[in-house]
Amino acid sequence: MIFRRVSNWPDFYWRTPFGELERLKRQLDLLNEGVLGGPLKGPSAGVFPLMNVTEDKDNYYVRAELPGIKSEDLDISVTGESLSISGERKIFEEKGDVKYHRREREAGKFSRILNLPAQINTAKVEAKCVDGRLFIVMLKAETAKQKQVIVKSS
Amino acid sequence: MAQTESKALQTKEKMALSTAAEQTKPGIVFTPAVDIFETEKDLTLLADMPGVKSENLTIGLNKNVLTMSGDVEAPEGENETEVIKEYDTGKYFREFTLSNEIDQTKIDAMLKDGVLRLTLPKVEAATPRKIEVKTK
Repeated sequence: MIFRRVSNWPDFYWRTPFGELERLKRQLDLLNEGVLGGPLKGPSAGVFPLMNVTEDKDNYYVRAELPGIKSEDLDISVTGESLSISGERKIFEEKGDVKYHRREREAGKFSRILNLPAQINTAKVEAKCVDGRLFIVMLKAETAKQKQVIVKSS
Repeated sequence: MAQTESKALQTKEKMALSTAAEQTKPGIVFTPAVDIFETEKDLTLLADMPGVKSENLTIGLNKNVLTMSGDVEAPEGENETEVIKEYDTGKYFREFTLSNEIDQTKIDAMLKDGVLRLTLPKVEAATPRKIEVKTK
């Protein structure tokens, strides 16, 4: 008996009960990657703190929101291609007899490692914390900087 | 001053506000996370508002409605291009209705490291008095 598989024939995906769902998910992932741009897109939630990274010609800039965290409770270190931030957010119990109506702010330890898109100069990293916002400036390594190529005309 | 338990800190998505008073400026409005607690003498409110400077923070109390509103300047510089974007920045806004026992002349607000601490003292008459029950 001759058996020919027609392309896109659904039978191929229905061998496992969730095959069709898997296929859909893969296609959505592909779409996402195309729209939102590539592998650099980090997790949108789940890891504290959330970070925004921007760059210009010479530097990478990392920003994070860390309200109520003192700079001495923060531990930041860099290697050539990654930045690690860890620390603890402390919320002190109030003295005396207090009755809480709302407790939405949370305390706890955190640590996160961020992989950078290119090498940085580890000797020149500056970090500051102003108004509960962390701001880190990292100088790109010479090898990672974009070089303008001049096209000569004959 | 006992410290709270030190579990791992989880990320919470910033809460975008959908039903604020209509804004004239475009942009996202977030509701800050708050702690509110009460003692016999006062009511204290702590709110996380990273990036808000004291001159951009307005606190109003009008007919027992406490309004907090903080403007945030966009932190990004002009010539920067985005590499990773995990959070948005915008204005903070939140309102609370208070019971009418707050002494409006003695409200104290302090902003430090992006956390607002608002102390709202109760009026004298509202602080509970101990009534001793005599026995014969």
